[in-house]
Amino acid sequence: MDGFDTLLAILIATIRAGTPLVFAAIGELVTEKSGVLNLGIEGMMLIGAVTGFIFTVLTGNPYIGILAAMVAGVAISLIFGVLTLSLMTNQVATGLALTIFGIGLSAFVGLAYIGTPIDGLDPIAIPVLSEIPVLGPLLFNHDIMIYGSILLFVVVSWFLYRTRAGLILRAVGESHDAAHAIGYSVLKIRYLAVMFGGAMSGIAGAYLSLVYTPQWAENMTAGRGWIALALVVFATWRPGRVLAGAYLFGFITISGLHVQALGYAISSHLMAMLPYLATVLVLVIISRDATKIRLNAPASLGRPFHPTA
Amino acid sequence: MTIVSGFKRIALAAMAATALTASGAYAAEEPLKIGFVYVSPVGDAGWTYQHDLGRKQLEAELGDKITTTFVESVPEGADAERVIRDFAADGHELIFTTSFGYMNPTVKVARMFPKVAFDHATGYKRGKNVSTYLARFYEGRYLTGVLAGLTTKSNKIGYIAAFPIPEVVRGINAFTRGLRSVNPDADVNVVWVSSWYDPGKEREAAETLIAQGADIVTQHTDSTAPVQAAEDRGVHAIGYHSDMSKYGPNAHLTATTHHWGDFYISEANAVMDGTWESTDTWGGIKEGMIKLAPFGPGVSDETKKVVAEREAAIASGELHPFAGPVKDQAGTVRIAEGEVMSDGDMLGFDWYVEGVVGELPN
Repeated sequence: MDGFDTLLAILIATIRAGTPLVFAAIGELVTEKSGVLNLGIEGMMLIGAVTGFIFTVLTGNPYIGILAAMVAGVAISLIFGVLTLSLMTNQVATGLALTIFGIGLSAFVGLAYIGTPIDGLDPIAIPVLSEIPVLGPLLFNHDIMIYGSILLFVVVSWFLYRTRAGLILRAVGESHDAAHAIGYSVLKIRYLAVMFGGAMSGIAGAYLSLVYTPQWAENMTAGRGWIALALVVFATWRPGRVLAGAYLFGFITISGLHVQALGYAISSHLMAMLPYLATVLVLVIISRDATKIRLNAPASLGRPFHPTA
Repeated sequence: MTIVSGFKRIALAAMAATALTASGAYAAEEPLKIGFVYVSPVGDAGWTYQHDLGRKQLEAELGDKITTTFVESVPEGADAERVIRDFAADGHELIFTTSFGYMNPTVKVARMFPKVAFDHATGYKRGKNVSTYLARFYEGRYLTGVLAGLTTKSNKIGYIAAFPIPEVVRGINAFTRGLRSVNPDADVNVVWVSSWYDPGKEREAAETLIAQGADIVTQHTDSTAPVQAAEDRGVHAIGYHSDMSKYGPNAHLTATTHHWGDFYISEANAVMDGTWESTDTWGGIKEGMIKLAPFGPGVSDETKKVVAEREAAIASGELHPFAGPVKDQAGTVRIAEGEVMSDGDMLGFDWYVEGVVGELPN
């Protein structure tokens, strides 16, 4: 196998490894842009993973599974929404609790489904385009969720920066008092943003349990929810950088495995650390302009809103 | 049988507080209470699943002479100490702690309950009432290596490993020895995933090895993801801990499987007879602790025959996976012809034998 084939294999695997992070991080980006910090991604992903898996087993249709995972993600994010938005609990503590709850609940409902094999989603080769050498297998021969994640990125970028509704969502995240004063329903917008984040985390989990490793295994997200959360911050809340960060993380992970498989000794601890280190470093370097960070962080992030006036 | 969930541990502790200290003398009219502490969920394959099969065998065999209790997913540390102590306080007279990280908690609790018998798996600290037990996994590894050597076409085997500790290195080396004994041209490529259990990472590692030309992948990790990856990519896999053929009916060649039931039964009988004492058990194929899972469709009859011969030779003691000459990667003879590696040396393995590609990370 020559170097070029290796590189192609790495890139294809990178796209697959980055996809769950893309879903979860883009969802969280929208939530945070509205001024809500939800640390419950890991828990919501697990709920999505187990729900998607169960519905796929029951119906034999992974698309119903994906839909169910979305709905479950929305449902569990609503718990978070009611607590933090309506009851104004601390967002950090509630998010952490949501993750712990998600880990426990998914383990409990998934117990009966451990070891049930399913047929995962197969890649869909796009006619003509997938025949192109190199680019074909790299870009046009994936399962539908990967195409969906790219579409999600495009739609969210357009929504946030090119539509009125996106502008309003960002306004709520920047200054909820001002947005409220000119007549926007801050809580309604935040609820919608939280639900969207929940739906995307649910899909991210379903990607793991239906496509990446078609099985249910307890705690199978293995920290990917936390990586998605970090990506949003280090990418300074910009969709393009979130996408780049997700793929960079995947790329470093997969490259490290390939380097090892070629027989180079890397300390396994360094191996485990490297993707995090490299991703954070790169994102910090490209986002090092302090004024830009200040401009990009939603000013009302994490602050509860109470419509007093 | 009672199952103790995390929620019930509090109740158990409350009961323990009111219970009298367990009396050491075994009364024949009361069933012997046996406790099991598991590190992960029982699930349907893997390390803990095999221990639970042993527990079920114990129940089936000894019927109403005993009752068993287990707690799953007990973290290694303070939690473990509490669970073990609750078991002892609650009148369990024989307690199996089934993960390396339970070693110190087990020894500590054993001092508080001198009349309770403790059996700790995979550790090296023993006491008056603490035994240790382990299986010679490397014997199974050697046999699967032989099988891989006779089956591979690309002469590249991928090995997905968790952490570079002696236990894992010993398995890699035994596998490689078996492989090279029938196929001197075959190599083993190792990828470390820094986790005992991460299906996503294990899958990535398997795909990496397959992309680099491995036509058989095997693993020293806990999930079934590598077998699934092999099935999807049309290559072969050798599972570990349990029969994993369900996840790759075409890919699965066999698996090294662990069997603890007979040992559990003999320990329970010893406690009931009053003959239990602190021992160190390290059993393998001969003792029935290590077996190969049923062969998959990818194994030829000729290969089955060779593997069966080697299996018999290991059981009879005439074949040892690390009988000299054993060379390391540099070609230096570490174990001379006519010698056999000692148990102590095997327990401290920190170098690769000839046939493993790359350096051992530290």
